[in-house]
Amino acid sequence: MQMVLEILNLYNCMSTYLIIGAMLFGFGIYGLMVHRTVIGMLICAEFVLAAASVNFMAFSRFLAPEPAMGQIFTLFIMAIAAAEAAIAVSIVVAVYRNYKSIDVEDLGDLHG
Amino acid sequence: MQPLVCPSGTLPSLFSAEGFAGIIFLLTVFLVISGAVIAVVSKRLVRAVAGLAVCFTGLAGVYYFLLSPFVAMMQMLIYVGAVSILIAFGIMMATPEDKITPDNKYLSKLIGPLAGSVGALFFAGFSLLAVKTDWQVFPEHAAADGSIKAVGMTLLTTHSMVFELISIVLLLAIIGALVLARRGRN
Repeated sequence: MQMVLEILNLYNCMSTYLIIGAMLFGFGIYGLMVHRTVIGMLICAEFVLAAASVNFMAFSRFLAPEPAMGQIFTLFIMAIAAAEAAIAVSIVVAVYRNYKSIDVEDLGDLHG
Repeated sequence: MQPLVCPSGTLPSLFSAEGFAGIIFLLTVFLVISGAVIAVVSKRLVRAVAGLAVCFTGLAGVYYFLLSPFVAMMQMLIYVGAVSILIAFGIMMATPEDKITPDNKYLSKLIGPLAGSVGALFFAGFSLLAVKTDWQVFPEHAAADGSIKAVGMTLLTTHSMVFELISIVLLLAIIGALVLARRGRN
């Protein structure tokens, strides 16, 4: 019973959020290595950015002197991620038009 | 025994508002984990994007629990509403029909376990760091009250320079995306 109540209290604990962030980072790195298409790697890069956001928010909520700092950082990260996604998708479309493929193995013109 | 969670005075009762909030929090964390697993594991890109949307929906809930409903709303609007849809359009425009190519190379058999161990190492290392470190709370620490006022004030006073720079970055991103996507079309 005590255990159940402690689990229900998880949202008041900073390490919960830090572990969520670490998990998202691990998934992102794993996916970046496993996915073979550019779009799949883009999706996993979003996870890495989200991990950074969660960490900023957790530190701001539990430790930092200024209450809104983590939210500001997260909003900036969101803006950067949106810009990055827009650019990346347009690059992918341009690449697909030239190569008829988005597999990273096929994009080897600069390969030594 | 080391307590599982941070001590916060009294534990909530199961049938109180705090206990219900705890259940909701577990649900959002489940959304985050399942969405991330779907996005990372699935071979088909459409499913990966669906997993991304699910994961970011759960992440909006996590932000809500971090006392910032504004960021949670922005997460839903920007990530679930815009970025996922953008990537879905990218998949529709740029995915070849026979996209699942067979793994024929020696390296691609090796990359799965290697990537899994690297990801697990990162996860274990950061989690251990998060749990073991003796985090010091800043003396004048004040948690956010959940209002937009503090965010707006900080955004337009302390961080006004970055705010303006972000708008330039977004403008450049729009123009750059248009130029890149138009090039090569006759």
